[in-house]
Amino acid sequence: MKKQKSTTGIMRQRPFTPWIYLLPALLIMATFIIYPGANTFYLSVRNNDNSGWAGTRCIAGQPCWGVFENYRYALTNTIMQTAFLNNLKWIILMVSGTVIIGLLIAVLADKVKYEALAKSIIFLPMAISFVGAGVIWKFMYNYGSSQVQIGLLNAIVTALGGKPVSWLTEPGINTIALIIVGVWMWTGFCMTILAAALKGVSTEILEAARVDGATEWQVFWKIIVPQIMPTITVVITTMIINVLKIFDIVYVMTGGNYGTEVIANRMYTEMYKNYDPGRASAIAVILILVIIPVMIFNIHRFQKQEEIR
Amino acid sequence: MKKTAIFHRLRNIPVHVVLIGMCLMWMIPTLGLLVTSFRPLQDINSSGWWTIFTKPKGYDEYQTYCGSCHGDDGAAIPEADLTDPDLVQQYRRSITLTPLLEQDINGQPHLGDMSLPNEDQTATIATYMRRLSGIDTNTKFTLDNYIDAITGYRGNNTYRSDCASGTQSLDLYCDIRDLANPRGMGRAFLNSLLVAIPCTVFPILIASFAAYAFSWMDFKGRQWLFALLVGLQVVPLQMTLIPISRLYAGLGLNGTFLGIWLFHTGFGLPYAIYLMRNFLGSLPKEVFESAYIDGASHWTAFTKLAMPLSVPALASLAIFQFLWIWNDLLVALVFLGGQHPVLTYQIGNMVTSLGAGWHLLTAAAFISMILPMIIFFTLQKYFVRGLLAGSVKG
Repeated sequence: MKKQKSTTGIMRQRPFTPWIYLLPALLIMATFIIYPGANTFYLSVRNNDNSGWAGTRCIAGQPCWGVFENYRYALTNTIMQTAFLNNLKWIILMVSGTVIIGLLIAVLADKVKYEALAKSIIFLPMAISFVGAGVIWKFMYNYGSSQVQIGLLNAIVTALGGKPVSWLTEPGINTIALIIVGVWMWTGFCMTILAAALKGVSTEILEAARVDGATEWQVFWKIIVPQIMPTITVVITTMIINVLKIFDIVYVMTGGNYGTEVIANRMYTEMYKNYDPGRASAIAVILILVIIPVMIFNIHRFQKQEEIR
Repeated sequence: MKKTAIFHRLRNIPVHVVLIGMCLMWMIPTLGLLVTSFRPLQDINSSGWWTIFTKPKGYDEYQTYCGSCHGDDGAAIPEADLTDPDLVQQYRRSITLTPLLEQDINGQPHLGDMSLPNEDQTATIATYMRRLSGIDTNTKFTLDNYIDAITGYRGNNTYRSDCASGTQSLDLYCDIRDLANPRGMGRAFLNSLLVAIPCTVFPILIASFAAYAFSWMDFKGRQWLFALLVGLQVVPLQMTLIPISRLYAGLGLNGTFLGIWLFHTGFGLPYAIYLMRNFLGSLPKEVFESAYIDGASHWTAFTKLAMPLSVPALASLAIFQFLWIWNDLLVALVFLGGQHPVLTYQIGNMVTSLGAGWHLLTAAAFISMILPMIIFFTLQKYFVRGLLAGSVKG
């Protein structure tokens, strides 16, 4: 690097130069994200073969929402209501599960010498595909009606004198069983981000508190948690978005049967099994409407950080 | 001083217990898959994978009823040598073994004053004797599952035994060509590479240009455009599938590699630009200013300064994108389908068509996990860095 000359400031450029750099990206994104996004809105108010407005699907004598007929289906149909309820279960249990366990492991691993190894083990499932995880857990949940249980969970249950459980078909249990797979996969993500935030907590303050006689429990709740709260919020919002879009685990393990349906899988089913783009698009629009508040939060956070920059 | 050290150790015991317990819980499912993928088919369905850590099947029953006379190794009585395959062959099942045990030997009951074992116990003793005598050559571990999965073998035996006896199905050649069998994981592995590598290179290349413009160029609407881009990151993938597959149907791109390359490029861009801009924007301003003063053009600054400096960010991004594509099922399902089956598609297919074919499924799943695991363990540093850059630095 040569010595600076007297003039400063960013190099002048011809007005169209930035657009040459941006053009390929903008074109591709317009084609693959913005156009389909807009098109989905349009399809959601059309009938199933896109030959007229959705109102034409109405059956005389039955409730009808006119052009929003597809939305009526998406919001009032029984299977969709199951899906909404299940997504809510997913959000509550998976977000709290991953964040709490992730934080617990991050805090504990900070105290031991084999920190790196422990974190690797928890983090590894992140590198595996949902399909691979699906196979792993289907085997764990295997249900044999005969004497021998080759699934570990049922082997434990029968060894304790219980009756083997069909984890993936038993309503009520099966959604929880799927959420456990999600927690298994995503805890590493939460742990990694929270661990990085923990490293940023000033050791001096912690030491000072300990010298003053604070218990570890107090140190955790009164000092660590408030300090890393912004990061915890980020992890929670990111996880909520991830969970809302959850598809693969359900698709691979139960296909949405036995009352395990979720929104994203329902959309896939409507589109590629029932060949009904109208309904599928309506579900997609609802999904994005649910995500938008979280998205606004994300942009807001981004702008705040821009101000600091 | 020493006392406090001991006290400290003791206080840390619960920490170790909880942490190690958690790690075990996290490892066991994957371990089960790995162990199972190396076990012979018969074993997988007749006993849990954890039994490999225990004594072989029938050992306890053998010890109770036979061990005292025949010996631990079965060869203690020369006239009734249990390691002799020809002898055991005559009593290989409980139905033939039971009469023998009921018979008198040299005027004495076969088992002395012991009561006879029940049918299940007899069967397990027979199993143990077959293993002892070497009639059952199937070992505890085998590579057959992997060979069968890679070649796409779907018969009732194994690829190796069928090929040895020449009874393989018509689509198998029993030579190197079987690696390309469209049903096999070998072909799927190749397809996955053909999808994942271009889908990693294209978006990163295009994103780098855009990120450079966002970081070091001045133009109208820069902030606004970038905020929009952050927003695009959370658009659900599912939302774009329907219009794009309709578009592709018109262009004839469904089921082609080009189609999936373009789609993944489009979808990977927002995150890639976001991450690259954060990195490029955090580079010291002076470096670029002095370059411009020295008469460097934007092109020079981009190729000679920005790109070499952002190698760590590029590495993180590449790992992320590659794993995301490699592990993706949905996009492959919609845009490639069965025309060019990738690993995830192939496994998904096996789950539905094979039902309980655990020997193939576990091996196939592990084949699909090998590359991500290698990447994860060798490049963990970059992986974690990418994760942090994307989610926390904002």
